[in-house]
Amino acid sequence: MLVSLNWLKQYVNIDGIEPAELAEKITRSGIEVDAVIDRSQGMTNVVVGHVVSKEKHPDADKLNVCQVEVGVGDVRQIICGAPNVAAGQKVIVALPGARLPGGVKIKKAKMRGVESNGMICSLQELGVEGRTVPKAYADGIYVLPEDAVPGSDALELVGLRDIVLELGLTPNRSDALSMLGVAYEVAAILSDEVKLPEINYPTTAESAESYIKVSTAASDLNPLYAAKVVKNVKIAESPLWLQHYLMAAGIRPHNNVVDITNYILMEYGQPLHAFDYNSLNSNEIVVRLANEGEKIVTLDNQERTLNSHNLVITNGKEPVAVAGVMGGANSEVTSDTTTVVIEAAYFDGFSVRRTSKELGLRSDSSARFEKGVDPNRVLLAAERAAQLLSDLAGGEVLQGTVLVDQLDKTPTRVVVSPDFINARLGMKISLEEMLSILHRLQFDVEAANGLLIIDAPTRRQDINIEEDIVEEIARLYGYDEIPMTLPEGMGNVGGLTPYQAKRRVVRNVMEGAGLLQAVTYSLTSDELAQKFALKVEDTTKLLMPMSEERTTLRQSLIPHLIEAASYNVARKADSVALYEVGSVFLGKTSEELPYEEEHLAIVLTGKWVDNAWQGEKRNVDFFVAKGIVVALFDKLGLSDRVSFEKGSVDGLHPGQTATVLLDGEKVGVIGGLHPTERKKADLKETYVAELNLYAIINATTEALVYSPVPRFPEISRDIALELDRSKAAGEIERVIRGAGAKLLKEVKVFDVYEGEKIEAGKKSVAFSLTYFDPERTLTDEEVTNAHNKVLKALAESGAEVR
Amino acid sequence: MEQQLKQLEQEALAKIEAASNLKELNEVRVAYLGKKGPITDLLKGMGKLSPEERPKMGALVNTVREHVTEQLEAKVAVLEEQAILEQLEKESIDVTLPGRPVRVGNRHPLTRVIEEIEDLFLGMGYEIAEGPEVEKDYYNFEALNLPKGHPARDMQDTFYITEETLLRTHTSPVQARTMLEKKGEPFRIICPGKVFRRDNDDATHSHQFMQVEGLVVGENIRMSDLKGTLDTMAKKMFGSDREIRLRPSFFPFTEPSVEMDISCFKCGGSGCNVCKHTGWIEILGAGMVHPNVLEMGGYDSKKYSGFAFGIGAERIAMLKYGVEDIRHFYTNDARFISQFHRTEG
Repeated sequence: MLVSLNWLKQYVNIDGIEPAELAEKITRSGIEVDAVIDRSQGMTNVVVGHVVSKEKHPDADKLNVCQVEVGVGDVRQIICGAPNVAAGQKVIVALPGARLPGGVKIKKAKMRGVESNGMICSLQELGVEGRTVPKAYADGIYVLPEDAVPGSDALELVGLRDIVLELGLTPNRSDALSMLGVAYEVAAILSDEVKLPEINYPTTAESAESYIKVSTAASDLNPLYAAKVVKNVKIAESPLWLQHYLMAAGIRPHNNVVDITNYILMEYGQPLHAFDYNSLNSNEIVVRLANEGEKIVTLDNQERTLNSHNLVITNGKEPVAVAGVMGGANSEVTSDTTTVVIEAAYFDGFSVRRTSKELGLRSDSSARFEKGVDPNRVLLAAERAAQLLSDLAGGEVLQGTVLVDQLDKTPTRVVVSPDFINARLGMKISLEEMLSILHRLQFDVEAANGLLIIDAPTRRQDINIEEDIVEEIARLYGYDEIPMTLPEGMGNVGGLTPYQAKRRVVRNVMEGAGLLQAVTYSLTSDELAQKFALKVEDTTKLLMPMSEERTTLRQSLIPHLIEAASYNVARKADSVALYEVGSVFLGKTSEELPYEEEHLAIVLTGKWVDNAWQGEKRNVDFFVAKGIVVALFDKLGLSDRVSFEKGSVDGLHPGQTATVLLDGEKVGVIGGLHPTERKKADLKETYVAELNLYAIINATTEALVYSPVPRFPEISRDIALELDRSKAAGEIERVIRGAGAKLLKEVKVFDVYEGEKIEAGKKSVAFSLTYFDPERTLTDEEVTNAHNKVLKALAESGAEVR
Repeated sequence: MEQQLKQLEQEALAKIEAASNLKELNEVRVAYLGKKGPITDLLKGMGKLSPEERPKMGALVNTVREHVTEQLEAKVAVLEEQAILEQLEKESIDVTLPGRPVRVGNRHPLTRVIEEIEDLFLGMGYEIAEGPEVEKDYYNFEALNLPKGHPARDMQDTFYITEETLLRTHTSPVQARTMLEKKGEPFRIICPGKVFRRDNDDATHSHQFMQVEGLVVGENIRMSDLKGTLDTMAKKMFGSDREIRLRPSFFPFTEPSVEMDISCFKCGGSGCNVCKHTGWIEILGAGMVHPNVLEMGGYDSKKYSGFAFGIGAERIAMLKYGVEDIRHFYTNDARFISQFHRTEG
């Protein structure tokens, strides 16, 4: 909402307040002023000129040499390229030394050899937005009225000596979508009165009823429809002041009839529509729902196809307007119009909003209906239109208003106690102070039995409940006056849930291992949504995606981490180690929502150890990734319950993929990126892992109880085994552990060998076994007995001891 | 014999003096003081002396032995000292060379901001509540006083999954769910999480971003409690000399609604480019929970009241760390994330 202060002054006294100060007051009390715009933009030396003569430039077809009088006896030669410049015109002249918006400085110049002492200006050159410039002057200079005095200030004449406040309105304050609404707000802030326009005009003996009948077949969506008929209207340009107000409000002037409807739209916030009576081709207006597929060409010359829930205005046969959204081209006011029908109506906000959304057609009109117009201003606006058509367009207003009216215009009553207001605010505002504020807001208020009985004006449709009054009181009393306290004790202990606490531990483990936390997008492409997924289930897709890259919710965190790794490698990172904790979206729950499972994923590529001057460099490998995963399980007290087996995942290296199992259930995967995937991502050896964090964190562990520090020595025995190359060391370890040797405390692989010294297709794996009894020192014999059990189990499993 | 003894002593002392290492010195010890050495030999020959001479000679031999032993030990100490010095010299290193790198990762800056807020409120008795990123229209909008067709829904352009499900546009649905879960009991929660809006990604917009919301519901929760709480948070996040101001605003789920500004932490309020020369920076939206929201959450709005606030983690991080482009948070450039490794203050 753009508020011209020149216009606002017509309704409320703001003299003596700096615009910036006024803006600050408005902002602090509830409506944010986004900008204070000086329409003159610091321009100087811009005056009225009289084009005394115009001759073609000798050397340039498109240029004219004009002699322009810019003061008594002060005639200057100015070159002008505008197509519409003509002798006799009063024009806007920027004299040498003038500064125009956009840093333009006017100087004396020679154009194709001919001297030019200034510039004849278009409105755009004075910083007026092109879309608000009247069409007649949109492609050329602006022509001032005949009586403009050469040498006088031209900015004043074109309405640019004005300040505009740009309001950033929240959806609740639709009352401020009008100049009067803003005036009420400003008056409340300044404790001032609002000066309303006085409406009176002559009428003819003929009645409007004799020209037109009105009926509505959808009174729920259109409870009020009023028509006024004005004949003998002379279509012309509007007076300048009206054009300037509209331009300041961001609206392009057209002709007096259209401008008057727009003026009242801005003044009262009530959209009006003017029909050309003769092209209505009917003496009735019928408001009804459109027939499915019915068509109308709107004022913007677009053919629109309507749905059966769209409300239309018809002439009894065909639509002549989309109710509250836009008029039809078939009944448009043109330069030939003599009789106009002015529509002032109340249309249901939801209905207008829906229609305007469906048609992709937002207008100043629909914006106001959507948010609800003031029921008590509909008829006033119709009267105001009649008055202005009479005053400014020479129209003769027919007697009476043709009306269908079932609209409830009673104000909403709110009953609230001052104690409630103070309790909500944590303040002690006196009753007198509250009453004063409510009076400033022009709320009808009665104080009785410790209660305030309030009827808010119907323009304030946001006032419905006690809390709304709390806000009104507080905002005008001043939010700065609210004291600062903290909520009184409620006995809440608060704190992290065990899950949340463990998730923080997970992050600590990852960071301790040297990984940076990444955050990537939940939305991905169809193609990547299920890639590397631990579980592939139905995907969740957007109804209307904005791009192919973001259509579907992910089922694995790995694809985006690989993208992040590529991004870093492409920027010369020689090592990338990232982790992410985030949700994946699987199938559907009973709530019709996808099942969201929190996962942890990591990606590692490039150098792991890089100790340059000591010559220690090592790239990441599978076992770095596995080491990190194991460290995590260990930290969560699950190291005895996790196991790994050879696994397979599309996109991962078939010989370097492990399934991670917790208590025998699959909870994750670790693997090297498949060479073809690496190539696609332009990465060298890259390792990834993804774990179902939800399952892992929810695996509960027993309370931690210390075990005594060993007082007796441990005894270790080594075993070297010759195995098939494909035999998993983990399996052998399980055999060893499962051999039933109670004294066996630890099993560790300490050497793996493949090569010349061993048969092809075989490998040697050496284990170190530790025996221990917490109660005493073991004898050699006891250890041997236990060890023999292990050897026996190994022999039975077919492993060959070297 | 006495002559002989003196000579031996001289010889031994000279050899001790000449010894350059512990091995040579040991040879001297063995040669002169050992059981087969000349001094022992002399002692053995004492039997040939007269009874008067014997004690005199005995004492002399002992004096020589002691003197030689003494010198020997002194020399051992010198040599040992020397050996250590040599060792130290040999083991000396250039301590200015770089240490072995220890890989230490760190949190994403958004997590850092969120955890800082979480920790502040955990200390004030709040719990952390979380909820799904894909939500029902009901929890995201309707339960928050935004019925279908409400104009304020335009404030948040939404990614719909179906007519009834969507990517949450704020973490407020967690508030709605929490109220139903708490079944009328007072509570205080902080809800951090990812949220989504139909925006094209650019320097100031991101289709995915992170929010932290707070909600307190109880008997007699006042707007002054909201103001005090926000002030505490502003001071914690942006410095103890920050001031806050509240401006009236509108959110469908709160009434009254406010926006909070903090005094500019860069210029202190005198006006600079960070605060667009106003002295104030807009930080968050908040308000008293709308009675409709309380009622839909199962709370009697006559008995209970509450306040809620919502902060964009990106906005806080951008202001706090001077980050100029929101996309930095999602490109996962290690050169960006790793800058947030250290402590402050």
